[in-house]
Amino acid sequence: MTEQQTKEINARNERYNKYVESVTPKTGTFVSLLKAFVIGGITCVIAELIGDGLSTLLPSLSDELVSSYTSMIIVSVAIFFTGFGFYDVIARHGGAGSFLPITGFANAMSSAALEYKSEGLILGTSVKMFTVVGPVVVNGIVWSTFAGIVRYLVMLIFGV
Amino acid sequence: MKNQTLFFKNKPRIVSGMSIVGKKEGDGPLGKYFDHISDDPKFGEKTFEKGECKMFLKAITGAVDKAKLNNEDLDLLLAGDLLNQLISSSYVARTLSVPYLGLYSACSTMTEALTIGANFINDGHFKLVACATGSHFATAERQYRYPLEYGCQRPPYSQWTVTAAGCTLLSLKGEGPAITHATIGKVVDFGINDLNNMGAAMATAAADTIYSVFNDTNYDERDFDAIFTGDLGRLGAEILRDLCREKGLELGQKYSDCGEMMYKREQNCYCGGSGAGASASVLNSFILGKMQAGEYKKVLLLATGALMSPTSSYQGETIPSISHGIIL
Repeated sequence: MTEQQTKEINARNERYNKYVESVTPKTGTFVSLLKAFVIGGITCVIAELIGDGLSTLLPSLSDELVSSYTSMIIVSVAIFFTGFGFYDVIARHGGAGSFLPITGFANAMSSAALEYKSEGLILGTSVKMFTVVGPVVVNGIVWSTFAGIVRYLVMLIFGV
Repeated sequence: MKNQTLFFKNKPRIVSGMSIVGKKEGDGPLGKYFDHISDDPKFGEKTFEKGECKMFLKAITGAVDKAKLNNEDLDLLLAGDLLNQLISSSYVARTLSVPYLGLYSACSTMTEALTIGANFINDGHFKLVACATGSHFATAERQYRYPLEYGCQRPPYSQWTVTAAGCTLLSLKGEGPAITHATIGKVVDFGINDLNNMGAAMATAAADTIYSVFNDTNYDERDFDAIFTGDLGRLGAEILRDLCREKGLELGQKYSDCGEMMYKREQNCYCGGSGAGASASVLNSFILGKMQAGEYKKVLLLATGALMSPTSSYQGETIPSISHGIIL
């Protein structure tokens, strides 16, 4: 292909992409934000209620234990919702409001575990369980290590 | 311009056609035309993949039964699906134990199979050829996208893989509609790289093949009672209309897209159906039915396929697409 032809094709593709973009329907930003806010907010309110309930029922629990128990409960609920097949229905509306909280992580892992069960517990579920959450885990560790190093350097230099 | 079209003088005919769909497709506007609607997405099997195989097998044996023939009468099976290594087609061929060619042309496999099959029949190499393709929402979803229960949002222009299979039997005998021409498409790429917008990528291939059909055969849109594309979806179909309008071709009311026809708007399927099963099931139910009833005399069917894989997309490649056309 000559340089001239390549140029022409690139120009044609650019024109076409522009045209496609102009006719492609967009997701409404405002509605999406609102839905994410409401669903994410409701998730957090429910978690807070569980936490408050726990500390009222079991006053001897430390705050740290209350938050751990709350996370465990809300994660289990999300996994049950995934298994019964309605987490994805909520998430279709919730968007970031349902995948950002800890429930989203639970859904991503349990949905993969369920999906690949057909290839067996070892080669299916165990191998593929992290297909969706893998990037979250890897980046979580890498960037928190990076943050730790920065924090350490700040302490060395400024002494705080 | 080179000739891309085959002319079949001996008129290979459609002896029978069978379509099988899932529940969601059965609830759609075409529900009453399909031969069989299964409420069970696994078709009584343990996994979705095995279910897809069973659906596929049922489409082929159903078509054979309708023609009042036996599986042993088949001289050749031309089949393809969307799964890696063509597992559905090949495992079905294992069960049937007939000579088999596995084909992959993504969602345009149905017209590819019909093109090859009609050619074999026309030239007298075989007496009875089965052409079948299918796709399954659950198996395609896990191969191309995410686990089924994973909560993610799709853009409004994305499409829903249809759970459907169709089989067409071709022979020189009988009174069924004949395949008169087949146009082999070129791979076209206009630089679309959004995996959710395959309709936009494939519309260019459909447009390219439409021009080739009209150019090679001297037919134009007025000669056809109906023109169908495979699975462009609502958006892709609109884009195709625009692309044709640019060249002075008004597709108008005669044109419909099999994927778009598959679902009602309130079924939450975004821009409509996609998948190899879309054109296969609509051809063997709606289109064949209308032709047998005499409502359609001449039909152009252009199944459309996007030839990317998740790997090529992650490596930054754009979506090449293809469309093969057949005239009935």
